[in-house]
Amino acid sequence: MAVRAAFENSNEVGVFATLTNSYALVSVGASENFYSVFEAELQDVIPICHTTIAGTRIIGRLTAGNRKGLLVPTSTTDQELQHLRNSIPDEVKIQRIEERLSALGNVICANDHVALVHPDLERETEEIIADVLGVEVFRQTIADNVLTGSYMALSNQGGIVHPKTSIQDQDELSSLLQVPLVAGSVNRGSPVVGAGMVVNDWMAVTGLDTTATELSVVESVFKLGEGMGPSAINTTNKDTMVESFY
Amino acid sequence: MSMDIDTVSLQQRVNTAATILCYNCGAPIDGTQAAGALCSDCLKLTVDITDGIEREGVLHMCRDCDRWLSPPSQYVSAAPESRELLALCLRKLKGLNKSRIIDASFIWTEPHSRRIKLKVTVQQEAFEGTVLQQTFEVEYVQQYRQCPDCQKSYTHNTWRAVVQVRQKVPHKRTFLFLEQHILKQGAHKDTINIKEVQNGIDFYFAARNHAEKFVDFLNSVAPCKAKKSQELISMDTHTSMKSYKFTFSVELVPVCKDDLVALPIKLAKSIGNIAPLVICYRIGTAVNLLDPNTLQVADLSTPIFWRTPFAPLADVQQLVEFVVMDIEPIGPERGRFLLAEATVVRASDLGNNDTTYYVRTHLGNILHPGDSAMGYHLSGTQFNNEAFDAIQDSKQYAGMLPDVVLVKKHYAGRKKNKTRNWKLKRMGREESDMKPRKQDQDRDELDYEQFLQDLEADPELRAGMNLYKNEQQRQADAMSEMDTDGGDDEGLHIPMDQLIDEMGDMGMEDHESEEEDDDDEE
Repeated sequence: MAVRAAFENSNEVGVFATLTNSYALVSVGASENFYSVFEAELQDVIPICHTTIAGTRIIGRLTAGNRKGLLVPTSTTDQELQHLRNSIPDEVKIQRIEERLSALGNVICANDHVALVHPDLERETEEIIADVLGVEVFRQTIADNVLTGSYMALSNQGGIVHPKTSIQDQDELSSLLQVPLVAGSVNRGSPVVGAGMVVNDWMAVTGLDTTATELSVVESVFKLGEGMGPSAINTTNKDTMVESFY
Repeated sequence: MSMDIDTVSLQQRVNTAATILCYNCGAPIDGTQAAGALCSDCLKLTVDITDGIEREGVLHMCRDCDRWLSPPSQYVSAAPESRELLALCLRKLKGLNKSRIIDASFIWTEPHSRRIKLKVTVQQEAFEGTVLQQTFEVEYVQQYRQCPDCQKSYTHNTWRAVVQVRQKVPHKRTFLFLEQHILKQGAHKDTINIKEVQNGIDFYFAARNHAEKFVDFLNSVAPCKAKKSQELISMDTHTSMKSYKFTFSVELVPVCKDDLVALPIKLAKSIGNIAPLVICYRIGTAVNLLDPNTLQVADLSTPIFWRTPFAPLADVQQLVEFVVMDIEPIGPERGRFLLAEATVVRASDLGNNDTTYYVRTHLGNILHPGDSAMGYHLSGTQFNNEAFDAIQDSKQYAGMLPDVVLVKKHYAGRKKNKTRNWKLKRMGREESDMKPRKQDQDRDELDYEQFLQDLEADPELRAGMNLYKNEQQRQADAMSEMDTDGGDDEGLHIPMDQLIDEMGDMGMEDHESEEEDDDDEE
């Protein structure tokens, strides 16, 4: 299921939320509709935690996580860390990382098996990522951008990368990740797909500006909804697409 | 106004493999080449690079002089649909600075509509690396605004400075001479008005420095003295701003060419011990004097003249005609002058009596027996002049006074009002308020004719002037094939190669006839 939402008039959903298969983090703010979107889909399935990181609301860009763990930057306060510990399931490991590149959401892109990270990340951080998230770590760039977390949205089903990524780069990344990849945009052509949406194995939330075409690409590559294959855009979804386009 | 969108994405598609879907229409496109995940068709529809550019404008023009206002304050002349006008229009267009102009052209409009339409093509970067090209029309409304120059010309009393040129003589030859010098040098370009008054001309200027420049010019061509005075028009006590009107009074030396001059004896001694009774043979920046008895010359510089100003003893109007009976060169030659002894008779005496005068003259080169010459008849004239009285009273010079002083050759055979093959330009000027009397007009015409004859006779005088070909006369000559009208005029002929073709309103017909003339000459 892919839905559109906006956080206080901002389309950058991935900035204000983190979504994994075992928990969701949303930032504290005046945007009650934003929580409703998450709660409507995730209530009674996984815990949703309202939090701030280091007193800021840009929690999606500061944290990185998957089903097994959660990484928070060193600027996270003890109180916040305690709140997170209390809110999300016990089997999820939480780790505070001392890393110069403190916007972990921008430099780490992970699903439950693999993580693509910024090439300049420290060696210790790389080890911590592997331990806490239980993933294989690769230092990679996406369409010559070092911010892997910003320009890629990834789940266990598939991934979407920067629209300028060449076919060769997509093939290379996809062979590392062992999931299908597609180049695309969100929020009316925005290339920062990682910051413009959040995704897990059964739902995706994108910005309110996302067009029908973009949403259908997202649904097909992340295999959200029934009978969704990459070929469904042009067949079963065509009618809805055409309708919303006009 | 219809906007004609003509968008071309300038990037060449090398690899056409589609990697993404256009976010707007879903068309598969190559994401590595596309502009911001948008296909070129959607880019055309959604992006308007001419957004910040005005589509309407106002052009100001002065309807009196047909010049266009080039902001902020300049007025330039530009023909319709000319490059200058195009540049002016594009400069007026706001918002063009961000984009690159590829092409601009005029769309024809009816001139009476007072609209000017422009078709402009611009290029601009729409997304990073994607350049769009777009064509649009701009309409200008032509509005009228009088330019400051025209405002000035239609307003009275706008002058700031006036140069009053005066010469206290009963004829206008000096001013005719001065006029030609001014025309040749273009010294009158800054004047806003030229007014003819008694004994002179007033030149009006918009600025003091223009007038000062003109006074300097006068000083360089004529012997004169200038006096400056100023009148306070207004004063602002807060800012100490004052505005003045300036008057330059320029007085020319009253001695003219061919005048007979009786120098004060003391002055004559101080400028080279020349004989005190001399004729003025040339006026430059100084007065050049010649003793016809010895061919001795002397320069009387302007400051020295104004120390003890004097009037000439006799001027051209007092010249009488003599006939040369016999002439014999005796003395030295100096330039075009040759000292000679001549026997002359007054033309009016011929047949009445046998009074002959034996004179020395400087005109030995051009006078022949039987010629007419103009000269001053001293023995038959009563002068009222202090300097002349002093000469008569002096022991040294009293005995040397001649009876007759010949000044120039007289071309008696010259037909009156014979059209010349050359002409002069005249300066446009405003006459004085009073309508000139009939006799004044006649006198002016006589002066002008005399001036033209002097020009013909004296190549030195012509040097500082522009003489133009008289096309009408040339055509008349060519048709009638008439040639010589007496050898009498030979000294008066001005060679054709010294004349200048008149520029300006020469139509097609004139050109053809000119070519025919050339053929005839060959």
